[in-house]
Amino acid sequence: MDNVILIGLAGVLAAAAPVLFAVVGETITERAGVINLSLNGTILLSAMSGFAAAYKTQSLLVGFLVGMLVGAIVAFVVAFGSIALRQSQVAIGFVLALTARDLAYFLGVPYMNVPGPTLPGLPLPLLKDIPVLGTLFFRQNAITYLSFLLILAAWIWLFRTRPGLMLQGVGERPAAAFVRGANVNRLRYLYTIIGGAIAGLAGPAYTLSIKPGWMGTQTGLDGVGWIALAITIFGGWNPWRGALGAYLFALLQWLGLVLQPNLPNIPSQVLQVAPFPLMILTLLLVNVGDAEWVQRWLASMPDKTRRLAVKALRAMRASPPAALGTTFERD
Amino acid sequence: MKKNIWINLGFQAGAFLLALLITTLILIFAGAPPLKAYGSILSGAFGSQKNLIAVLISWSPLLLTTAGVLITFAAGLWNIGIEGQMTLGAIFATWGLRLFQDTNVSPALIIAIGLLFGMAGGALWAALAGALKTFGGVNEIFGGLGLNFVATALTIYLVFGPWKRPGVGSMSGTKPFDEKLWLSTLPGTALSPWGIGLSILAVIVVFILLRGTYFGLKLKAVGKNMRSAFMLGVPTWQYSMFAFLLCGAFAGLAGAIQVEAVYHRLLPNISNGYGFLGLLVAMLINYQAIWVIPIAFFFAALNVGSIQLQIVHKMDSSFAGVLQDLLVLLILLGQGARERLLKKA
Repeated sequence: MDNVILIGLAGVLAAAAPVLFAVVGETITERAGVINLSLNGTILLSAMSGFAAAYKTQSLLVGFLVGMLVGAIVAFVVAFGSIALRQSQVAIGFVLALTARDLAYFLGVPYMNVPGPTLPGLPLPLLKDIPVLGTLFFRQNAITYLSFLLILAAWIWLFRTRPGLMLQGVGERPAAAFVRGANVNRLRYLYTIIGGAIAGLAGPAYTLSIKPGWMGTQTGLDGVGWIALAITIFGGWNPWRGALGAYLFALLQWLGLVLQPNLPNIPSQVLQVAPFPLMILTLLLVNVGDAEWVQRWLASMPDKTRRLAVKALRAMRASPPAALGTTFERD
Repeated sequence: MKKNIWINLGFQAGAFLLALLITTLILIFAGAPPLKAYGSILSGAFGSQKNLIAVLISWSPLLLTTAGVLITFAAGLWNIGIEGQMTLGAIFATWGLRLFQDTNVSPALIIAIGLLFGMAGGALWAALAGALKTFGGVNEIFGGLGLNFVATALTIYLVFGPWKRPGVGSMSGTKPFDEKLWLSTLPGTALSPWGIGLSILAVIVVFILLRGTYFGLKLKAVGKNMRSAFMLGVPTWQYSMFAFLLCGAFAGLAGAIQVEAVYHRLLPNISNGYGFLGLLVAMLINYQAIWVIPIAFFFAALNVGSIQLQIVHKMDSSFAGVLQDLLVLLILLGQGARERLLKKA
């Protein structure tokens, strides 16, 4: 019995990998001050094109690289439109989310329901035999290991290196970063594209691993990108907390599947949307502490309760990079 | 000034041609003969009276959603939740008709009640997104998106659960309503003059509201700079909320018309992307209400025409979406390019 649960949880870690790529990629992009709202389209288009490329070349590596390339290209358009042409990041991102989605469905027709290559498991020698941990962490496939490493790498880069400090500066106080010698707009281009490329791994991670194959609108990936954007906020623009969000999301989806047989009166489509009200709820918890009525309500509480409540709200709160979504001009 | 208009037009024409060029390349890449493909879109939209009527049928909800988001855009809000608001409109309209269908209330009144229920349902769903933003700090994009998915799930639950047609529930929707509860349509079609009339009326209302009223001015002030508007004494959150309610009511009406005139029942995915398409149309016309009527017609024609593409060339009908999306994207980029070039000159 324990074993069944362990294997299930190992599956949750694997299933979270694509969301994790999207969340970490978006975290890096937003840390630099750019919102890439196109994530949902990026994931669908990279899922389709990554699968198509792997199918044609019979090379998984090519599939993942093509996914990254697609993510980078879409991100470049976001950066170009908002930095060089000073259009609203939200507008460009939203339109791109639709463009990439429709392109995926249109161009993906020839690859629908064809059997393609899938990523094999890669149990790590020795490590896989550690009780519990071995089953959970070391009997995964390459892309899942990469997702583990990515959390750590992104955290180190953001918070433990000099370029990472500069990256934060570009998103928090671009003018100050500029004075310190940062080429603000070039760095924003760079990190938007890198973030997009990482998010572009999410698509192939689905179609070449978690949910093999391309089935057009039946692939069931539409919406994941929006969830990933919300998890980025929930994660407070920190890779660890973002990863926690991705794992919670995957855990809930798994629980939904496991519990489905016990709830015969609820159509499966209804359980599938359970993450979305939860997304609203978590965003509410993250943000509600700043609302005026909450502040007033807190002020009217007895001291002891208030301190507890403030602590709880502060633990959940997340503030975005100060210059998120704004343009920077040098003068 | 006059020169600027020409430059402006030039950039828009350029963006349009570039979008067409890119979609042509995409068609070639997908292995379709581009000219034949465009031809079949045209004939699919205008080739017969039946097709033209189909265009008009999808024009009506698009007019309503575009009119709605023009209000929320004026208030500086990204009402992505409009899909769900339209869906709730359809659900509430169905609910209204079901409540009264077995009573001896006159059919005309029941139909009107259904439309009002639809507007109320859309407004309610929009109010939810608005309250989440105003009182919970949840950005309307995420609140709205989440509510869209919830609305779809609610429809599926109703269609397969409490409102399922006798026997087994199916994706084809609830049991059709009695013919006397249908919104009157042109004989032999699903085109309702009432639907078209109400939709055009909505566009006119929005045009007047934003152009010629003090209310519209204040709404735009809230959208441009909420802080200054507040300082000037505009009750800002009430204005945002009102924009949500009005947009939701329009979207709800669109949903109700789909139920009462087009499908005569509730079915999954009844909003059919009209909400997002309305956002695209609003962006394409740079939020100028005067252009809603022709551009929405053009987009509706693309939608209907691309169905032909699917039948004749076995291409996915999402091609219409590709063309529409790229058009809006390039118009946005073209605007930026023009501003940049004019500034330098």
